[in-house]
Amino acid sequence: MAVEKFPVEASHIMMFARSIGDGNPIYYDEEHAKGTEPGGIIAPPTFAQASAQFDPNHGLRPKIGGDGWFGSGGAPTGAKPRGERKSGGGGGGGGGLHAEQRFIYHRHMKPGDVLSATTRPGKTWEKQGRRSGKLVFSESVTEYRDSNGELVVTAIGVGVRTERPVDQG
Amino acid sequence: MALKASELSVGDTHAERLVEDLKRTQIVMYAGASGDYNPVHTDEVFTTQVAGYPSVFAHGMLTMGMTGKMLTNYVGDGRLTEYGVRFTNQVFPGDTLDATATVTEVADGIVALEVSTVNQNGVEVLKGTAKARVD
Repeated sequence: MAVEKFPVEASHIMMFARSIGDGNPIYYDEEHAKGTEPGGIIAPPTFAQASAQFDPNHGLRPKIGGDGWFGSGGAPTGAKPRGERKSGGGGGGGGGLHAEQRFIYHRHMKPGDVLSATTRPGKTWEKQGRRSGKLVFSESVTEYRDSNGELVVTAIGVGVRTERPVDQG
Repeated sequence: MALKASELSVGDTHAERLVEDLKRTQIVMYAGASGDYNPVHTDEVFTTQVAGYPSVFAHGMLTMGMTGKMLTNYVGDGRLTEYGVRFTNQVFPGDTLDATATVTEVADGIVALEVSTVNQNGVEVLKGTAKARVD
């Protein structure tokens, strides 16, 4: 994933906090947030993941004017997913899953930040899975920097491709 | 409300229920907010007929996000310095999740925590660690 411009916005933080069921007012109420230690609204700890919204080539979003989208419409699936998933972890199309995720907070993201993110590949390794056949793991390291070039968050994601869907039970 | 190093001991725990009977709608909300529209999370037809799973399932990052709520409620706003997890089992609609943080070390103004989230059957769905600044 390469994101040139990830503007961190209060309404996006509010929606993200709602989606994880976190009603902490520091994520939406500026007046409340002023009286807290951070002194203003901050983003929840996993918010960096939402930078995918600002990745023009994010593989897990239907592309306007693109070549269709996988998932059901008239048929159980349409187009195959485009390329490889870059951000975070797993892959599209049901064969890829997110295995691990780690964040290092140099500081916490806040509204008004305009961040950029660059990703480099990390290690890859294989393992024989008990419930899904051969597993291929691949790591990616994403650095989020502010407009001064200061590191804000480092995100290390591990995706896994499975030979077959994970057996249940 | 930050934690005080002097009041923490190895083995202390903090636990919270994250969600009861997880709804598909919450998974849809997470897809919309995060930008991860992989249909295995929201599209029952695709997921059962093409991907080969019994049902749509939650984004691992939704479980990590919900578990993060437990952590920030415990350590205080803006106090986390590190948070990392492994997704050890899938989370499905209908699941009820409980998360626990356990203190493993307190040193140099930092508390180290072990983090675990389990479903209603006691199966661990997320396992990880976190670090936070303490007073």
